[in-house]
Amino acid sequence: MIPRAETAHWVAGALSLFFGLVLISELIVGREVFYRRKWRAYLFPSLVIASSVGLWVITIFSTFSTMHLLAHSIWAQAALVAGAVELALARGKIARPAWSLVPAFALLVSGMAFLVHEQNPWLYSRSAFLHHAIGWMLVVVALFPLGRAVQPGRLVWRSGYALTFVALAVLLFADRDAAEIFGRFGLGGP
Amino acid sequence: MNSEVATSVPREGQRQGVERRPWRALAVQLLGPLTIVGGLVWGVAQPYRILILDRDRGGDLYDYVFQGPLLAILVGLAFAVFVAPGLVADLEAEDRRDPAS
Repeated sequence: MIPRAETAHWVAGALSLFFGLVLISELIVGREVFYRRKWRAYLFPSLVIASSVGLWVITIFSTFSTMHLLAHSIWAQAALVAGAVELALARGKIARPAWSLVPAFALLVSGMAFLVHEQNPWLYSRSAFLHHAIGWMLVVVALFPLGRAVQPGRLVWRSGYALTFVALAVLLFADRDAAEIFGRFGLGGP
Repeated sequence: MNSEVATSVPREGQRQGVERRPWRALAVQLLGPLTIVGGLVWGVAQPYRILILDRDRGGDLYDYVFQGPLLAILVGLAFAVFVAPGLVADLEAEDRRDPAS
């Protein structure tokens, strides 16, 4: 049984919220304490890689539209590459701050894919609105890992990166397949 | 002043460290419950999204399980149970190991 698009978006929202909580907690306790247990160091990268696998599965079911197929492929690939780099950073295989350019590029490409594959204008539907909002948000927040690459010590870049996932979760949770913008008609609501 | 009695003024970093530790542990412990509360408030604000409360409307497994408020509660619960306790324990261990830092 294939889930509806909105269900997949809510699950992605839950995962994004968990990412956000993990990154915020890392920010609060500091890297030294957070990395004290190995599994915690690998938690974020492995979940990103797992989510890329999930996105590939969604790609398989996106054959109804070439644009959706390409967009989901790009997100899956971007998540896979970003997750691999985060994993290599956690394992200590790579250490240079410049590697943060890879997640920055992944966010930028993901945002552009969101914007390109939504062919309806902002106010066409709630789904269209959210695709535009998420797309532009991802394009802008790509600055955070970019800033981390240039100034790895600055708290603002790491905080922004962590809060990005919480904001993304809120937007994904707000998604509806058929609801009018900011409404809930036709989906069993009162 | 007798130098054998007088002690040095703690460095700024040391004083900050003593003050910062408790709120860090508290903040980590609050992340999960706050997320759970967020999910509960959302569920109260939009009760029609919790299909368990209104089974007459019908629906499939996804409608029952994968609803935003329930997922938010689940995420908060997972963080509070699996991640936060270890982080707090490690923070406390860090305090015991290096109380001045």
